Amino acid sequence: MAAMVQIRDARKVYAGGFEALKGVTLDIEEGEILALLGPNGAGKTTLISCICGISQPTSGSITVGGHDVVTEYRGARSLVGLVPQEVNLEPFEKVWNTVRFTRGVFGRPRDDAHLEDILRRLSLWEKRDAKINELSGGMKRRVLIAKALSHDPSVLFLDEPTAGVDVELRRDMWRIVEDLKASGVTIILTTHYIEEAEAIADRVGVISGGRLLLVEEKAALMTRMGRKELRIDLQEPIGAVPERLSEFDLTLEDEGHTLVYSYDTSAERTGIARLMTEMSEAGLVLRDVRTSQNSLEDIFVGLVHEGDAA
Amino acid sequence: MNWTAVGAIYRFEMARFFRTLLQSFISPVISTSLYFVVFGAAIGSRIQEVEGVSYGAFIVPGLVMLSVITQAISNASFGIYFPKFIGTIYELLSAPINFLEIVAGYVGAAATKALFIGIVILATAALFVPLRIEHPFAMLAFLVLTCLSFALLGFILGIWAKNFEQLQLVPLLVVTPLIFLGGSFYSISMLPGIWQKIALLNPVVYLISGFRWSFYGLADVPVGVSLIAIAAFTGICLAVIWWIFRTGWRIRS
Repeated sequence: MAAMVQIRDARKVYAGGFEALKGVTLDIEEGEILALLGPNGAGKTTLISCICGISQPTSGSITVGGHDVVTEYRGARSLVGLVPQEVNLEPFEKVWNTVRFTRGVFGRPRDDAHLEDILRRLSLWEKRDAKINELSGGMKRRVLIAKALSHDPSVLFLDEPTAGVDVELRRDMWRIVEDLKASGVTIILTTHYIEEAEAIADRVGVISGGRLLLVEEKAALMTRMGRKELRIDLQEPIGAVPERLSEFDLTLEDEGHTLVYSYDTSAERTGIARLMTEMSEAGLVLRDVRTSQNSLEDIFVGLVHEGDAA
Repeated sequence: MNWTAVGAIYRFEMARFFRTLLQSFISPVISTSLYFVVFGAAIGSRIQEVEGVSYGAFIVPGLVMLSVITQAISNASFGIYFPKFIGTIYELLSAPINFLEIVAGYVGAAATKALFIGIVILATAALFVPLRIEHPFAMLAFLVLTCLSFALLGFILGIWAKNFEQLQLVPLLVVTPLIFLGGSFYSISMLPGIWQKIALLNPVVYLISGFRWSFYGLADVPVGVSLIAIAAFTGICLAVIWWIFRTGWRIRS
């Protein structure tokens, strides 16, 4: 089956001449959660805008569910729900009315039971008669999600859903996303919180300067590029790394108390066992051993910098 | 046409109107009453009849037009400008609807509001002066067409405006003077020589003249010309909107 969202060499040049997308090609599979990571101004929102119909790509093609977003926009857009980055809501409207409005604008017949279900899932049911401007920031975000879900989209775009929300709400949001994925919705979220991508995404795309630098399974990405560090605390401090351990490329930290060994988790042999043997041969006594893995953040920063240099 | 979507926009806009029904209702009633107090009673008693119609009754069609045009423009321009201003326009742009459906929803609602206010003013006027409507269907047709065409103009202004000042600019500097100089309160035939010719350049003259004809059978220009004028005006507005739709001007980057 073809991908749910197919993007082929999409370019976007704004009227001022700024090239926000420089040829992006990407397939988003049905039912997955794809996180698009990138610094501010990378082109994340532009890409989403082009898919959702808010902007038109200058060249290239985008299809959603097999419908071209420009020539068959009705078919494409009716599959898509969008939660925008900015909290754009009519301040004096009631929650219920604004959600019902969205469903109507998407051409779906009135279905109060369905809307009630959405509002309950988002813990908004009690607030259905409240005006938007009486709600907290977190509640407003939920209203945006409720609106985006009101017409049963197959693909949901979340443009920085957790920018500026507190930790609790962020975890709530992740739970909501997990629920949606379980119900078969394809989810694309943009974020610059690496933690977020790490927590919920199946695949991660890194976008910078209008180019997609990489798209990969999150787990594969982390193993491929993830390096681990082994930190060995010594009983007695040493002045220098012993000669016989030189092949391990160790660094000495903490005034000679700690040896740090950096290794590749995907390598055939990590060399840890041999390091341990060599160390005891060298007469070093261990006090403690810790390992830590590179986070997606380190990978991401590395990639963006490579991209800048290229 | 996606009528569900058109209906959703229409209902949403009308809900805003009904929320503020009291203001929507009271302000035209008060301003109309003021016009009658000033022009009808205070000044009108010193003005002789205009072509057999008392001055108070003569100004009714003009007063209705004045309010209807102003209301149609402001409702439609605000209706589409507000989502642009607060950012909810994203929803309309990402929805599976075309521009014609957006226009139908917003313009339909704005025209309905203007029509409602026009009828309220007519009813208020009937309390002050004896009203006579010789051609009720023509009257209704002129009223509906005026509501529609100026709501279209308002929609264009709302798309064009980049801030609230611009939103007020055209109604204040262009439309209101044209209405006042378009024979709302006088017959064009009262103007001195050359001004009668100049007045004919004002499109509103044709509207008010045709509308007044449907009441009293009095017209500054033949009623057929009035109909052609309003049809042409509606056509121009539709053409501009079609162009906006083609190019995405000021709405879709």
